[in-house]
Amino acid sequence: MKPLQRKLLRELLHLKGQMLAVAAVVACGISVFVSMSSVKYSLEASRQRYYNRFRFADVFVQVKRAPEFYRETVSRIPGVASVSTRLIADVTLDVPGLDEPATGRLVSIPEYRTPVLNDLFLKKGRYIEPGKPDEVIASKPFLEANHLVPGDRISAVINGRKRDLLIVGMGLSPEYIYEVQPGSFFPDKRRFGVFWMSRRALESAVDMSGAFNDLSLTLAHGASEKDVIMKLDNLFKRYGSLGAYGRSEQLSDRFIVDEIKQVGIQITFLPLVFLAVAVFLLNIVLRRIVATQRDQIAVLKAIGYSNEDVGLHYLGFAMIPTAFGAVMGTLLGAWLGRELMNIYGEFYNFSELVYYFRFEDVALSVLLSFAAAMFGALGAVRKAVLLPPAEAMRPDSPVLYKPGIFDRESLRKKIPVPVRIIVRNLERRPLKAALSVLMISLAVAILIAGRYTYDSVDRMVQVEFSEKHREDVTVIFNNPMPPSVRFNIASLDGVLAHEFYREEPVRMSFGHRARRQSIKGMDSAEGLQRLVDKSSRQFSLPPDGIVLTSTLAKILGVRPGDRLQIDFLQGRQRHGELFVSSTIDEILGLSAYMDIGALNRLAGDGGALNAAYLRLDQAKAGKLYTTFKKMPGVAGIMMLKAMKESFDELIAQSMTTSTVILTSFACILAFAVVYNGARISLSERARELTSLRVLGMTRAEISFILLGEQAMLTITAIPVGFMIGIGLSALLARALSSELYRLPLVFSAFNFLFAFVVIVLVSGVSALLVRKRLTGLDLVEVLKTRE
Amino acid sequence: MENPDVLDSFVDVSADSQQRPSGEVVLRISDLSKFYMMGEVRVDALKHISLEFHAGELAVLLGASGSGKSTLLNIIGGLDVPSSGKLFFHGREITAATEAELTAYRRRSIGFVFQFYNLISSLSALENVQLVTEIADNPMPAEEALRLVDLGNRLNHFPAQLSGGEQQRVAIARAVAKRPELLLCDEPTGALDFQTGKLVLDVIEKVNRELGTTTLVITHNASIAGMADRVVRLRSGELSEDRRNLTRMSPSELVW
Repeated sequence: MKPLQRKLLRELLHLKGQMLAVAAVVACGISVFVSMSSVKYSLEASRQRYYNRFRFADVFVQVKRAPEFYRETVSRIPGVASVSTRLIADVTLDVPGLDEPATGRLVSIPEYRTPVLNDLFLKKGRYIEPGKPDEVIASKPFLEANHLVPGDRISAVINGRKRDLLIVGMGLSPEYIYEVQPGSFFPDKRRFGVFWMSRRALESAVDMSGAFNDLSLTLAHGASEKDVIMKLDNLFKRYGSLGAYGRSEQLSDRFIVDEIKQVGIQITFLPLVFLAVAVFLLNIVLRRIVATQRDQIAVLKAIGYSNEDVGLHYLGFAMIPTAFGAVMGTLLGAWLGRELMNIYGEFYNFSELVYYFRFEDVALSVLLSFAAAMFGALGAVRKAVLLPPAEAMRPDSPVLYKPGIFDRESLRKKIPVPVRIIVRNLERRPLKAALSVLMISLAVAILIAGRYTYDSVDRMVQVEFSEKHREDVTVIFNNPMPPSVRFNIASLDGVLAHEFYREEPVRMSFGHRARRQSIKGMDSAEGLQRLVDKSSRQFSLPPDGIVLTSTLAKILGVRPGDRLQIDFLQGRQRHGELFVSSTIDEILGLSAYMDIGALNRLAGDGGALNAAYLRLDQAKAGKLYTTFKKMPGVAGIMMLKAMKESFDELIAQSMTTSTVILTSFACILAFAVVYNGARISLSERARELTSLRVLGMTRAEISFILLGEQAMLTITAIPVGFMIGIGLSALLARALSSELYRLPLVFSAFNFLFAFVVIVLVSGVSALLVRKRLTGLDLVEVLKTRE
Repeated sequence: MENPDVLDSFVDVSADSQQRPSGEVVLRISDLSKFYMMGEVRVDALKHISLEFHAGELAVLLGASGSGKSTLLNIIGGLDVPSSGKLFFHGREITAATEAELTAYRRRSIGFVFQFYNLISSLSALENVQLVTEIADNPMPAEEALRLVDLGNRLNHFPAQLSGGEQQRVAIARAVAKRPELLLCDEPTGALDFQTGKLVLDVIEKVNRELGTTTLVITHNASIAGMADRVVRLRSGELSEDRRNLTRMSPSELVW
């Protein structure tokens, strides 16, 4: 090994604390980048593979009932590659061990196994046998949540008749990667499951022989989805179709696409912050190394080393810790990516969730970190290269201090000397001080933003599960019920409060913009369900007119007071006009609300009801559930408490993981910045501080001067960090919001307190480490040697 | 990197110097001036200096601190550039050299010894010398250079484990290992006590005598002048004296 390389390695080892801090920051950035980009790629690839292997359809349409020969008609539409028709029916299930009824979605499959669109992946058990109409394959999440296995039986009420179904297999389908009950946002695995059943058996069970109510198709290469959808809509309008739609409106796919998009956002934002801090740290550390080695640089040049040799040597001080950090970050990132994929496996039901660790991601991250190292080292290396050897022989000329803000006559006497030294040091290099503050505040900001999602989801739960919805259960009807159902339900023993709603699919248009959307007609907005926006503000229901969620209003381009064109898609398919009375910024989904009476008048029928919100007497709940299980027309019930529990369970896991990761990364960041700052101040000021000791100052006094500066930077950085953190969270909230949900921007006091405590603790630890070095200063030695 | 032509010219000179004709002019300084700014103060370090040094000469440059002697040495060593005037090394104008040519000049022809030794503290004695033998064309083995300064038994000691005199001898070994044509010593005994200082001067004298290296020693200590062939005195940046000693004293005879 060459002497210069040896020098480099030994000196790096000597500065290991500072260098490890730099490496750790790089490692954090790289690990986030590597894990997130590999997760993004893996999710995309797993999705694509799943869709290809199991022939996930491109376009879907649901109808009330259409004759089977339309399959042929559709397959002749230009651009259609293949078509499958199915029967789909939602039924009430009696799950062993579950008091309340669950909802099962029966999906027809060919009696003899043949490839179809949206094919199912048989995970366990076997395919149904022909001629055995009671055999079903059930979805994996439902079976696992209810501890059921192939061979178990489950009873269902299909078309008013109780049937005993034999579970023969456990399956998954690309249609239900995110398996959630229709009308709900959060999966409730215990109370909702998909069941695949022989087409023949289902046909006879729901009296639909020779007909279908669900059609899906794949498009030929280059075909226009829009054109095909238009033709389908013309074809099926009279069969009760609410409109055909592509993958982008398929609920499960939307959730996954959103998730992939969100992962993508994290790839760009977090690594950038970390690499920026690494650049800053390398910059200050290398500048200090070059400053303390002025004489060595002179000697190297005097001996005959070229500027390139010297420059490369000092660049090594940046490259080696960065390379080390990049390697550690890559390893950590690979591991982290795998863990994250496991968590995604809990959320999403892929046939196989393959974790792809790509060379490109590693190469890109290494390239990025080296660019950061070069950028950070640039100033110092330039200085080393340009330093004229003769000048380097002379000690650095004393830095010019000027009287600062505390040097006014009036103040001078009141401010003790150590404080004046601290203030002057900061004043002398305002840019460095400002950058130090910025870097520490970035650590604070990451802590704030990391816990922000926690607060945000907390608010989401608060608004959705206790402010907006205050019912115990929602009873969902198979088909729209006449108004008389109110009395049937209200008279049930144990129903304490009841409220009904109508959900009417319409086409809303304003100018050239249009959208399929259902209008929810509500009894009241002050009872069991209320209209509450994401800031917990309550809205009232206008006697006529319509309330739109802000996102929907934005999509349609309408404002309160505008008149919206309404085309009903069912029943008499009337046309009407409504004025938008207000918009409400809700957390979940897109909705339109009206008074149920006004909706009934607009629809021009006698009124219909789709579901009921009920509050129950808990003592009588069990009996009521049994009644619902047998009640004709009841498709299922949703329990608010159960949804909240399953949401908490799912979210808690991923939230905890990401919060723990972000918190530890922010700690590393804060430590690296504060520790390096203090170490560099110590190196810059060792001589001065020792002189002060010789002049009679105590250790505590000189520690105060040194650490006081760091303390002042940290204290300034905390409020700045709070502001940046709020800004970062707002950006995050905007970037992560979609049509599906919008994160409310809320911060708990605990969030700020937590960030404050973490930063103070981290600063304290690094101060202690530096103070130990301060105590070890050799008074005589420092004064004897030349600066 | 360096321009090969330039390298060649310096190498050729170095090779020649091994059997140089006695009295050949190695270094010619012509009307050299240098000023620089110290903060906001202009310092005239050198004023119109003209001098010639001959092959094999051991010259002592005397002067109080601030007399400009270090500046002169730095300019001769190619570490600094004059404000005006010219410097020729074997007839080649150093003051017109590019940065790369200067690097080559220092690498091939110049050996430096500093007052504060300026060893790299993270490298051992041997490695400090290897720093030079690594990049020189025709160096002596690093071990041999250290034996020349009587440190054959301290090869693997780090600077912090060596006394001041030993550190300075490592610095001399580092300077001579490349077989420079010109050895420049800046206050080599300035940080050393009397006895140790004499030992170091002994080594410098030995290098001059045995290797025939043209040697310039700058010092504020007039007593050292006795060991030189020639004594040049600077005062406030101006040449105040230039004389030859009839006989050279051995450093061990020096007293101060």
